[in-house]
Amino acid sequence: MVVIAEALRGQRIFITGSTGFLGTALVERFLRAVPGCELVLLVRPGRRTTAQRRIEREVLRNDAFDRLRLEWGADFDAECARRIRVVGGDVGADGLALDDEGRAVLGTCHAVVHSAATVSFDSPLDAAVEVNLLGPSRIVQTLHGIGSKASLIAVSTCYVAGNRRGRAPELPVFDQPFTPDVNWRTEVTAARRLRADAEAASRMPERLAHFATEARAELGAAGTPLLASKAEKLREEWVGDQMVEAGRSRAGSLGWPDAYAYTKALGEQALLDNRGDTPVTIVRPSIIESALAEPHPGWIRGFRMAEPVIISYARGLLKEFPGIPEGVIDVIPVDMVVATVIDATARACAVATAGEPVPPPTVVQISSGALNPLRYRQLVDLVQSWFTEHPIYDAQDQPIVVPDWSFPGRGRVQGQLERGVKTLARAERAVAKLPMRGAQAQWSAKLEERREEIDRALGYVRLYGAYTETEAVFQVDNLLTRWDSLDEADRTAFCFDPRVYDWNEFVHTIHLPSVVQHARVKMAPSGRSGEQRSTRLRKQVLAPERHLAVFDLENTLIASNVVESHAWLATRRLGPGDRVRFALKALAEAPSLLALDRRDRGDFLRSFYRRYEGAPVRQLDEDAVQLLSDLIISKSFPAGFRRVREHRRLGHRTLLITGALDIVVERNLSPLFDDIICARMSTTPDGARYTGELTEAPPTGEARALIMADYADAEGLNLEESVAYADSASDLPMLEAVGFPVAVNPETRLASIARKRGWLVEQWTKAPGGPRPLLPIGPRTRRTSFLGREGAPA
Amino acid sequence: MSPRPGFVLEVDRSTPPTLFMHGEGFRLEQLPVGSRVIYAPEALPLLRDPSEAIRQALLHPVDADPLPSMLFPGMKLTIAFDDISLPLPPMRRPDARQRVIEAVLDLAAAAGVDDVHLIAALALHRRMTEAELRHALGDRIYDAFAPRGALYNHDAEDPDAMAFLGETDKGEEVEISRRAAESDLLVYVNINLVAMDGGHKSTATGLSSYRSLRHHHNVATMRKSRSFMDQHRSELHSSNWRMGEVIRKAGVKIFQIETTLNNDTFPKPFDFLQKREWEWTARDRMTFLASSKSLARTPERVKRSIFQSIQAPHDLTGVTAGEVEAVHRITTAKVMEQQLVVVEGQTDILTLGLPYIGPYNVNSVMNPILVMCLGLGYFFNMYKERPLVREGGVLIMSHPTPWEFHPVHHPSYIDFFEQVLSETTDPIEIEKRFERSFAEDEWYRHLYRTGHAYHGVHPFYMWYWGSHALEHLGGVIVVGGDPKAVRRLGFKPASTLRDALEMAEDVVGRDPSITHLHAPPLLMAQVT
Repeated sequence: MVVIAEALRGQRIFITGSTGFLGTALVERFLRAVPGCELVLLVRPGRRTTAQRRIEREVLRNDAFDRLRLEWGADFDAECARRIRVVGGDVGADGLALDDEGRAVLGTCHAVVHSAATVSFDSPLDAAVEVNLLGPSRIVQTLHGIGSKASLIAVSTCYVAGNRRGRAPELPVFDQPFTPDVNWRTEVTAARRLRADAEAASRMPERLAHFATEARAELGAAGTPLLASKAEKLREEWVGDQMVEAGRSRAGSLGWPDAYAYTKALGEQALLDNRGDTPVTIVRPSIIESALAEPHPGWIRGFRMAEPVIISYARGLLKEFPGIPEGVIDVIPVDMVVATVIDATARACAVATAGEPVPPPTVVQISSGALNPLRYRQLVDLVQSWFTEHPIYDAQDQPIVVPDWSFPGRGRVQGQLERGVKTLARAERAVAKLPMRGAQAQWSAKLEERREEIDRALGYVRLYGAYTETEAVFQVDNLLTRWDSLDEADRTAFCFDPRVYDWNEFVHTIHLPSVVQHARVKMAPSGRSGEQRSTRLRKQVLAPERHLAVFDLENTLIASNVVESHAWLATRRLGPGDRVRFALKALAEAPSLLALDRRDRGDFLRSFYRRYEGAPVRQLDEDAVQLLSDLIISKSFPAGFRRVREHRRLGHRTLLITGALDIVVERNLSPLFDDIICARMSTTPDGARYTGELTEAPPTGEARALIMADYADAEGLNLEESVAYADSASDLPMLEAVGFPVAVNPETRLASIARKRGWLVEQWTKAPGGPRPLLPIGPRTRRTSFLGREGAPA
Repeated sequence: MSPRPGFVLEVDRSTPPTLFMHGEGFRLEQLPVGSRVIYAPEALPLLRDPSEAIRQALLHPVDADPLPSMLFPGMKLTIAFDDISLPLPPMRRPDARQRVIEAVLDLAAAAGVDDVHLIAALALHRRMTEAELRHALGDRIYDAFAPRGALYNHDAEDPDAMAFLGETDKGEEVEISRRAAESDLLVYVNINLVAMDGGHKSTATGLSSYRSLRHHHNVATMRKSRSFMDQHRSELHSSNWRMGEVIRKAGVKIFQIETTLNNDTFPKPFDFLQKREWEWTARDRMTFLASSKSLARTPERVKRSIFQSIQAPHDLTGVTAGEVEAVHRITTAKVMEQQLVVVEGQTDILTLGLPYIGPYNVNSVMNPILVMCLGLGYFFNMYKERPLVREGGVLIMSHPTPWEFHPVHHPSYIDFFEQVLSETTDPIEIEKRFERSFAEDEWYRHLYRTGHAYHGVHPFYMWYWGSHALEHLGGVIVVGGDPKAVRRLGFKPASTLRDALEMAEDVVGRDPSITHLHAPPLLMAQVT
């Protein structure tokens, strides 16, 4: 008979994985329910934060601690500081990456609870190997290294049993029948080798070229630095994907559902091989879900395994999910797992305190399937009935009707979804090639969103399909023996009896309400959330404290471009015949100009402006005034102009950065902006004619971001507090440089980027009713064109 | 046969459907039995020899010396003329302005005057384009003056080009074109389409600035002008007359030339639009059918350009020159002769068919604000003594009222519609909260001065123009308009006249009296 809290009094417990779902619950429960113990938390320092800070932010601020905060009141911080010690380290590194102090602290601990793992079922093989397979062994080796006698309670998973039918007993994996004969050391070497191979393969010239092409396809002419970093990111992702695939196929080939179960199984084996004289208890939970009662009913952390599936179903995305209707979904509330682990810790400590000899390794499974099974059909019925009563609302405020499932095989569902993804991806690629912007581009972004959603659904089916098809029954004899040995008080305080609750109640009143709350889905037709979002973003953009608002011109404020203004200026003084010839020629040239523009905006401008060579300065100046009405204002987006003025009214500095020529924009738009940065042409020495050459590089691509940064520096403005408006992915450097980017009538690539990053998207249109000239040619005036001098247009 | 006067028809069972203008189109509506339809007098006879009439007017002016005696070598002569807002629709060439100004220039040339400026007196309207100036003045005048900068649009926002002349006894500031003020003689050439035009308003408004205009272009003045078309009861008129006095006292010598036109509004074959329906010939009916069928299939944009290209056959019925007030008395009488119709008693419901054109959308778009101004500003105020519709009555207007704006001509209208009307339609509040920021806006100023935009404050004036009607009426219903745009104006949309009449009964009670103002041609109702 063990009295849990008593056995743990004065004990110091070392916990890994405390920032995780189970770990957070463990820390909370130890602090609250075992007042006499102290905790040492091993945490990997973040890139910018210390281990201590991570605990404060990621663990102690979690709503799991609400109850404890209430109980302890003002003493909360002091009490935490007294009972928690944080040490920096990493279970993925030899010696746990502990420093001397950390090792010293570990040396004072009586027990180690190892709950750190990469729980993601699709983590790269080598990462899973380092943490899941080698982690437990590293802990015992470190303990041996410092001569510690502490016990180890290692959290594993029931699914180490693999894809089997029938009973899965509480025995070491390799003592069970049907377990493949694999050597974990060989697997480790092979996984590390695979990583190196994938890294090498990703650097082959043709691969690198492929990444560069892909980056360009996604971002367009965004400038070298952005494209380079995008290509590198794609390369890293590719290597990651290779490793994920490697993990999945290796696990599959050995009969495990995924890399997680496979590495965990080998990890158990490695631990048993390396344990030496360390007392070891292995706790194997099944699928951990939200809490039954502790710290409060429905408590959950993170968006876990079943939740995304459930939400996808409720959103109508998953029309089917494979599974066997009578199969058992082995789910266990997190607080029961916590109680099991604490009980195991208490027992290990009691043995050590009593000075008893080191017991053989014990395995305890905590799962529901054997005693209180939840059938797949029952779960589906519960979920369906709940969402029929509490539907999720779509963007149009319509309740989504959940589909009926027919329990098809995994292959069929996967096939359906794969076809869907393929079709959508094809449509998306086709759409991306069209020169669309604004509302149509939004449409393509929606297509992409839809494809991603289905993609995700497919991912769930691939990942979790095996779990709905499991026919193994996890035995819990050891668990029950332990449960039977507890007295009433401990049973109340640390309940881990999976028979005590009713699935109907758990799913309907505890789990699903918690899931929808965490997923932040719309459960009521409370106005349009999409609109509210853009309104909120717009408010941020127009907050008085913003510093600077930077605008692009073409397609952001006006639906026109440098080619049109050239055509307008050039034809204004041409005879009728020449005008038509000019217009036809311009039309014929359009595709090649467009292609050049897409390749490199700077080169395009430089070569295009050559057409102004020899143009008389005075004449262009005169005509440019008329261009204000005929081209700029005619093709303007009134809402855009209004926005510029709104910024000015709010006291923000406004800046126009454009590759358009000074003669076109400077005089015409200067009353609108505080400053204008544009392209300038040099003139002949007598100042009478333009040379067609720019005085400096045109402000395009990453140059814009630099110009903007220089401007902000010189004026003492902070870009983090600034807004930038642009329409194309080539303006990405500029948009990324500010705190509040706004995509205006974005073309497809930018639309997709804006959607992913949650940027404000504005759809500004020309004034309905405005003139719509067929050709961009100036109204005739009876004077000669600057082209006339040269004969035909250049 | 002398032209028939205007008259009021009472609809009975045998009355054919009544024509309602409906923007770039028209509708035939069966008005309830007992409704009244007011028709304008027929077109007055034209001057037989306009050139001679003009010459005679210049040589024998009213209360002034003959024009030749005021012209001398070395003098500064300025000729100001009405802008694109007059007449409606634009007249065929030669325009009345061209005829008069050519005559004036002939006399000036004969007298050896070489410092002559021509100014389009557009106040805060948009600048006229080259094509529009050529149409109004003829190519000969344009080519002689424009290239050397002697023919231009008035610029009320050029501080150097404006002269402050003083204040009226009511504290109204008077500021007009410096060139006009400093000339030895200012000749003003006007086209008097409605009774409000002309007189001192020509110079005191046409050549002035925001600083001056705001004293009478405001809600208080408009609400005290009942109507502004009736000079004896118009505060707008009084204010302009007080300003005219200041201008006169400042020593500005004005030789006013006012012209009147008949109401021959539509060219063949669309002249049936101004006929009384029961007098339509078989050909008229055919034309109506054919044009309404084809218009129904024509895109809005094309319809607009077809209608905007209509040039009216109306022409001179009179020309008078001389001292401003004396000339204007004669002109006004002539306008009344063409437009006045006596109507007995007010009505519960007034119906209007709004045409495609108003003073501010020539070669442009009739945006919703202009629809409001045309209905509640212009047509509502075409009365003497009492409004046609009783206080608390309902105005039903027929117009498509599209949510469309001309970005070049009406940029501040777009923002007014989006920013101001979305918050309030109350003229007083609008005036108080928003007018100044629009009027003094740098960007609108820039567009007014260098582009072809109405001044930033202009949409406010449109709204003030309707403020008397807004105060007087119990409701406004727009038939066949874009519901969203109509609601933004604060009005109620209806899809048919029948629906509108039923909705109106909720306001004015059952069995209401209904009167239809059959315009154009323009008419003015003397409501006894």
